[in-house]
Parts: sequence; C-alpha cells; structure tokens
Amino acid sequence: MRLFVSEGAPGNLPVLAAAGRARGRAELLISTVGPEECMVPFLTRPKVPVLQLDSGNYLFSTSSICRYFFLLSGWEQDDITNQWLEWEATELQPALSAALYYLAVQGKKGEDVLGPVRRALTHIDHSLSRQNWPFLAGETESLADIVLWGALYPLLQDPAYLPEELGALRSWFQTLSTQEPCQRAAETVLKQQGVLALRPYLQKQPQPSPPDGRAVTNEPEEEELATLSEEEIAMAVTAWEKGVESLPPLQPPQNPVLPVAGERNVLITSALPYVNNVPHLGNIIGCVLSADVFARYSRLRQWNTLYLCGTDEYGTATETKAMEEGLTPQEICDKYHVIHADIYRWFNISFDIFGRTTTPQQTKITQDIFQRLLTRGFVLQDTVEQLRCEQCARFLADRFVEGVCPFCGYEEARGDQCDKCGKLINAIELKKPQCKVCRSCPVVKSSQHLFLDLPKLEKRLEEWLGKTLPGSDWTPNARFIIRSWLRDGLKPRCITRDLKWGTPVPLEGFEDKVFYVWFDATIGYLSITANYTDQWERWWKNPEQVELYQFMAKDNVPFHGLVFPCSALGTEDNYTLVSHLIATEYLNYEDGKFSKSRGVGVFGDMAQDTGIPADIWRFYLLYIRPEGQDSAFSWTDMLLKNNSELLNNLGNFINRAGMFVSKFFGGYVPEMVLTPDDQRLLAHVTLELQHYHQLLEKVRIRDALRSILTISRHGNQYIQVNEPWKRIKGSEADRQRAGTVTGLAVNIAALLSVMLQPYMPTVSATIQAQLQLPAPACSILLTNFLCTLPAGHQIGTVSPLFQKLENDQIESLRQRFGGGQAKVSPKPEVVETVTTAGPQLIQALMDEVTKQGNIVRELKAQKADKNQIAAEVAKLLDLKKQLALAEGKPLETSKGKKKK
Amino acid sequence: MAAAAELTLLEKSLGLSKGNKYSAQGDRQIPVLQTNNGPSLTGLTTIAAHLVKQANKEYLLGSTAEEKAIVQQWLEYRVTQVDKYSNKDDLRTLLKDLNSYLEDKVYLTGYNFTLADILLYYGLHRFIVSIIVIGFFSVIFRMIFFNLS
Repeated sequence: MRLFVSEGAPGNLPVLAAAGRARGRAELLISTVGPEECMVPFLTRPKVPVLQLDSGNYLFSTSSICRYFFLLSGWEQDDITNQWLEWEATELQPALSAALYYLAVQGKKGEDVLGPVRRALTHIDHSLSRQNWPFLAGETESLADIVLWGALYPLLQDPAYLPEELGALRSWFQTLSTQEPCQRAAETVLKQQGVLALRPYLQKQPQPSPPDGRAVTNEPEEEELATLSEEEIAMAVTAWEKGVESLPPLQPPQNPVLPVAGERNVLITSALPYVNNVPHLGNIIGCVLSADVFARYSRLRQWNTLYLCGTDEYGTATETKAMEEGLTPQEICDKYHVIHADIYRWFNISFDIFGRTTTPQQTKITQDIFQRLLTRGFVLQDTVEQLRCEQCARFLADRFVEGVCPFCGYEEARGDQCDKCGKLINAIELKKPQCKVCRSCPVVKSSQHLFLDLPKLEKRLEEWLGKTLPGSDWTPNARFIIRSWLRDGLKPRCITRDLKWGTPVPLEGFEDKVFYVWFDATIGYLSITANYTDQWERWWKNPEQVELYQFMAKDNVPFHGLVFPCSALGTEDNYTLVSHLIATEYLNYEDGKFSKSRGVGVFGDMAQDTGIPADIWRFYLLYIRPEGQDSAFSWTDMLLKNNSELLNNLGNFINRAGMFVSKFFGGYVPEMVLTPDDQRLLAHVTLELQHYHQLLEKVRIRDALRSILTISRHGNQYIQVNEPWKRIKGSEADRQRAGTVTGLAVNIAALLSVMLQPYMPTVSATIQAQLQLPAPACSILLTNFLCTLPAGHQIGTVSPLFQKLENDQIESLRQRFGGGQAKVSPKPEVVETVTTAGPQLIQALMDEVTKQGNIVRELKAQKADKNQIAAEVAKLLDLKKQLALAEGKPLETSKGKKKK
Repeated sequence: MAAAAELTLLEKSLGLSKGNKYSAQGDRQIPVLQTNNGPSLTGLTTIAAHLVKQANKEYLLGSTAEEKAIVQQWLEYRVTQVDKYSNKDDLRTLLKDLNSYLEDKVYLTGYNFTLADILLYYGLHRFIVSIIVIGFFSVIFRMIFFNLS
C-alpha cells in the first residue's frame, strides 16, 4: 500500500503516528506530493493524506487511514472509539481548522485562536476527568488518542494554547507527546518549526468557515446541560421532595473510633513528617491536607473513619540538631513536635490523633515485627565498612562526611554525592574525608549489620499486589514506581544503624545499634494507633474489614508500597496492608523549588502571619493539588482564584441566595413551586453532586473541588436568568416565582456548604450558621440533592464570606517569601510592552484605578447622590485615560509622555 | 429526516424489536442514546454502529480490515459532507464524486452491502429531486432503487 502525504498537511501527524501499527503486516511506501495534486481519481478536490490500498481502493479520510492501521494490528473497534472519531470529524475539526488557519496563515494570536476551540478542548478535558481514565477510551492508549492527539498537536504544542485549567487534557496531551511514535511523527511533520510548518499547506486551502455561529463561551458546563433523561429529572425531584427525612440518624461520635463488622471502615494515614523540618506548603498539600479532605469526606459519608499522623522523631538528623542546640534528642523532639502540631491545628487538620514515634509502643511493636521476621528467616547479617569518627566516637552517616571527590577532585564533595560532577559516591571512597562536626579525619571500620531479605519476600509481595492493585485507587505514579522497583529486582536492605537515637535492636551483639528509620518509621502508624487505643489491632490486624488509605508524596512510595508490606507479610501476622496508596507529585514555588536555606517559599508556620485565613490557603492548595503532575504555587494565581472563584463565584452566589431570603422574605424560606426548568436545575445539581461523589471516592480531590464551583456557577446563572429582585416587585405570579427561585437557590447554598466541608471547614460552618442548617444535614452528605431548608425555615444573619485579595498585598507577600525570584509581575504583558513610562508609574496608576473603581462601586451600592457618583466616575475615567497613555496607547500621545 | 427518526427506521430494518428513545443535543440536534449498561452514546454513526452490533449483524460494518475502514470512511463522509453541504456547487461536486466512485461498484465497499450504504442512502434521500435534476441519477439511482429496496 502507498501513503501519499504533502508537506505540512495536518493529517500527516496522526497518520504517521499510527503507521507504526501496520509495520510488519504490510509494506508501506510513503510518497510526498504537492498540496494541489489530486491523488484520488473519483474526488474532484485534492485531499491528503491518502492511502492507496493494494486492492486499488483509496482511503482519503485521515481517521479511516489511522483506523485501518489499527485494524491491521488486530485492534477491534468499539463504541467509545467510534464516538470520539465521529466527534473529532464533526465537532473538533471545523473548530480546529479555523483556529489553525487563524494562527498559521493569518498570524492571529491569543483568544482569537483559542476562542473557536475552547469548547472542544473543555469537552475533552471533562471527559477525561469524568471517566477517570488516563486515555480517551480506557486504561490504554488507542486509536481515539492518536487521532485526537494528531489533530491537536500543531496547536497544543505551543503551551500558550494549552489552557492551564484543563489539567486532565494537559496531562493526557503530554503523556501522548512523549510516546515514541508520536514524537517521531511530530518531528517529521513540524520539523521543529511549530505551527509555521503547516503554513505552506494551509495557505493553499480555502479559508475554513468559522465553526457554527455559536457564541464563544467560557462557561464549559453548558455543554453537559443537554443530556438529561426524563427519568433522571423525575428521580431528582422525588429525592428533593423527601427532604431531611431521608437522612439517616446522626451517629454519636465514638471515642475511640473502632471498626465495626459489616460497615465501611476507613483507616487514613498521612506520611509522618520528619520532626526537625518545618513543613512547607508542598509537604502540607502532599500529605496532611489531602488526607484531611478525604477523612472529612469519609466522615460525611458516615463511614467509620480513623485519621492519624504524627512526627517521625528518630535518626541521625535529630541527634545532630540536639548537639547544635545543646539539648538532648528527646528535648529537641518535644520542642519540634509542638511546632508541627500547632501548624496542623492552624490549618484545621482533623486528626483523630497526632502522635509521635518515640514511644514505648513503637519499641514494642517494632521489636515484635523484627523478632517474627528473624525467626522466619527473613533477616540476614553482613559486614559493612563505614567511616567512624574516633573523636566524636560514632559512625558517620553519609551526610556528615565531606571530602575530595574521587572522580573529579572537587574539594567539598558530600558522603553520598558530588555536587560538582553529580556522581554518586560511596562515603569510604572519599579522599581526605572529614567529620563535618569536629573536622577530624574519620577511619574506616567494619561493622556488623542486619538486612531485610527482600528477595525472599518478593514472591509474597507480588501475590499481594496482584490481589490488591486491580480495581484499587492506587495513583498511577505509585503503580509505576512499584512496578519499576520490581522490574529491577529487590535487593536485601540494611535495617540497622550505628546510632543511639532510635529503636534498640533486640539481638545479642547489636546492643549499641538501633533500627534504621525507614524500617521503623512506617511502623509509627501502628504505634501511634496503639497510643490512641489499646485495641489498635482491630484496625491494624483486620485486613478483611478495614480499608487502609495512605497519603504521601511520591518519594515515599517505595517504603509504603513495598518495604513495609514485605516486612508485614514476612511476619505472617495478618496485618492490614495499604488498599489505596495515594501519592502526589511535587508542588513547586513560583518558578522554582521551596528552599528553607535560601528562604524561598512559604512554610507552615509563616502562612498564619500572612493575614490570609487558613481556609483560603486550604482552598488554593487543593485547587492546585499536584494530582497527576507537578504544579506550582503562584501568588498571582492565588489572588486570581480567590477573587474570581471564591469571591465572585462561590461567595457571591451563597451570599445572594441568603440575602434574598432575608431582604425579600423576612428571613423565612419562601414556598417553592417547581417549574420544569427548576426541575432540570435540580437534576443538574444532582448530577454534579454525584460526580463529586464519584471523584472523591476515587480520591480525585482537586477535580471534585471543580464540581462545587460548577454547581455555584449554575446557581449564579439561575439567579441571573430569573431575576428574583425584579420579580419580587411584580404581580402575584411574579412574586411566587421570585420565592421559588430564592428558595431553590438557598437550598443549593445549603448543599454547597456541606460539599465544601472537606475543603473549607470554617467557611462551611459559617454558611451553616448563617443559614441555620439543621444538625443532621450539616454532617451527612447523601448522593441526592435534598430540600434541607423547607418553606418556613428561618435563617440567621447573612454576611459576606470572602475578602478580596489586593494586588499590593500579594505583591508584598511575594517579596517577603520570594527569595531572589520576585521577577514575575502581576501584569507581565503590560510591563513588557511598555516603552513609554516606567513600570512603577503604571503600577501606581493601576492601583489608583482600582482604588477609584472601589469608591465608585461603594457609592453606587450605597445609592449615593447621583452628582457625587458622576464626579467620582469622571475621576475614574480620567485615571483610566492616564493609564492608557502610560501604557503607550494611543501612540501619538504617548510620545509626548516620554519627553516629560 | 431528523436523526432520531432515521435511527428508528434503522432499528426497524435491522429487526430490532424494542424501540429506543433518543434525545437530541445542541443546535444541530445530535442524537443521544441512553444505553442500559453504560454511558450514553452520542452521534448518528456511532449509535447506528451500536445498533448493528445489537442486532448481531456485525457484517454490516465490514468483514475485513479494509472493508471496516471503508465503511467508517463513508459514514464519516455522510456526517461531514452530505449533512453539511453549504451550497449548490458543493452538492453538485459531492454527487459527481459519489457517482464516479460508484461507477464500477455495486455497493460502497464493492460487493457487500453495509451500514455505509444504508446511511448514505438516508442522507441522500432529501436530495432526490436534485439528483434527478442534476442528472447524476444513473448510478445513485440504481443504488437507491435497486439495491436498497
């Protein structure tokens, strides 16, 4: 068969990426033809790429060519793929060819290009996040992915056209772009020139007509609005009408919380923070905050939930810190444990217990696990050569030795790695080694150590993983890390250290040694539970009844997913092992990394000094949770999300709903007579609520937060369309309509307060107090939207929930925490283009405009005198004019400005 | 013919007893089928292929890799070209191309009758007058009146 392509034809991309599938099954010749050559005899107009089959038949549709290649490789077609390809041909292509034409041929930029395709991009993003699949048609890459990737690549390879908020689309696109066949196709077709490589071809094509005359909208939710069935609507209405009666009785709080047979029992841990380090925002979102959202959600579902964490206290670092500060290790731990506990209390983390690892229970359980491993033959002994400082009378951990790099001669190489050449170093190979504490020269001594025989446990581990992983919610990165460790083969791991500050090793000849922290830190979860209740084994030796969720950043995956399970399996003691391992990627700070030493980034104890409430921190960190890929904390973005999503969307809706009740109906929820439109809204809210549940059950925390914001957007739209503030002044029918709209809106606000509880507990409680939401409805979330505030219910006093974050406030915070990186300005595009006035002047004017705008808004809100308002408006317009001048538009006047 | 009516007609000709209910989405009234097991399906050709499988008549989707790809190609042609022609010239070109493609063929895949023939026939039905007026009726006419009857 013969493939005809033309330089720069967009269809080449998917076709070449799919062609590999046919390799070895048929001979494929590729010929390049001109863009205007007609290769298909029966088609009047030129069309490439075209595949001429050996039978003489032609395939002239790009997706059919790809489909053919896939079919040759034994792939079977299915409904979902068909649906994606039909959507690609009928919806995506018209929009995309317009966008590519604007971009490559007409040189348009920004929203002109993105506008036509935004809706389609959002559709892909939503489908990916709704289905919870990494690929369009399932767990593996398939035809639909190749066809859509190929179509989108020329546009999305420019990050400017890959909107940041479409996280699922982003990670899908990036995953595919790194696959080898795709990468090669991209290089062949775009030749490193980006979209311009398509220009010669697109120029010869007729200008595509703009996609259907639908208004371009940023409201992506709209598209989902059409697909409700009558049954769904009827069911939503029935559930709504039942109201609070359908809530189960509230279970009294248990102390201690223990698993109950026949119920769902959820045990949640977040990685134990090392006691000496004050956690930064990345640590907080990676472990404790993520786990907290899930724990709170789990309690809203009335599952038996135990959430625990604590400080990891043993180890060399604590010993050294104690020496530095002139305290004992125990005193250091006591001191820092309190700092940790305070930070988490400020962030409102709902631990059932926040314990520590330096307890008698830790010793007892660790030694017991060790003894059982020893008697079952899973512990080896071996000699290890180590550096010992005779002056300090101790063996030196890698990070306490410095010397000359044996590879490059760098003078200050560390004991584990050379900072100059980057090579890994075995500490005893260092030339001229020095003890970092006393600067004397250590000597090489051999020392006996114990090893956990992981190779011997590997088979049991694989059996357990084979049973656990399928159908579980282990995050993809955790699965990947475990798979790659197993692929490389497990090696025995040393579990002892020549230290004093640790759990003693109960074996003759090892009296002066302790367990290595990674062996006993994960046992900390068990001992912390044992400190909480003497019935701890009902949680930890009960795998049939307990589901264990463990939250951590991805660097902790091997210890939780592999090493601890091996230890536990080796004891043959029926331990509860991790059912769902939830690992995040990393959170960066602005454009770099958090660094305590360089003073870059926000650390847990500083967040409270910013004046920004804990719930706002929680919201923003969860909004950017590094779920599936690294993400970055950005001050500007935090301001934006606070002001747009919280203030204008969520806060605005909830506040308006409550205000209407108190202003128009004397604080009593009015009668509601639902029209078919209201019923549809009920069903939409129900659908989104169910989506929220689906996501949170799969621990897709960041995505579930989007559902909350979507519902409040629906709510805002509903109020906007129905205008209760106008109808309240109208006829009897109008007044009744205003009542229904207000009543439904305030019930949506009540629902939102519960959905918000895992994310923003304080705000949630404030809303519930304002609305006087009855007790069981505050603490239980069902999968249906209920009328929890029936007609006649009296609400409390309503007040605004959120405060605006101001530019200068954020700017000064950025400078305070920025280290050396405060280069990003809140309006970079303005600053860059300015040649006429200094950025300070512009910034000052912008601030003035903002301030004046607020004055005008306030006057209008107070219904002040018209002349007064007009005068202030004139000032505002003048300021805006000055700003425009300073920014260099229009040109003539700006020159005058420059001379000044 | 509205998409829903077309799909109902297809159900009948496939011998499917239970009539599905279709909703329509957006301005272009794209058909949506809520299936019993699983998510809804959107799009005329997607649903049509689904119905064919439901009726255990997979052969209507083509039996070789080549046939399957050709069937899908013409299904795509139906929804992207036939349903979206914008002016008389386009229509003329479309019919001329089809006519010349079918000149040496009995059906779209050659010798086997498939879903592509059914949907293209439904799609062209509304142009029947134009087809006769423009005069490309020799082949398409045959297709419509002989092969599908």
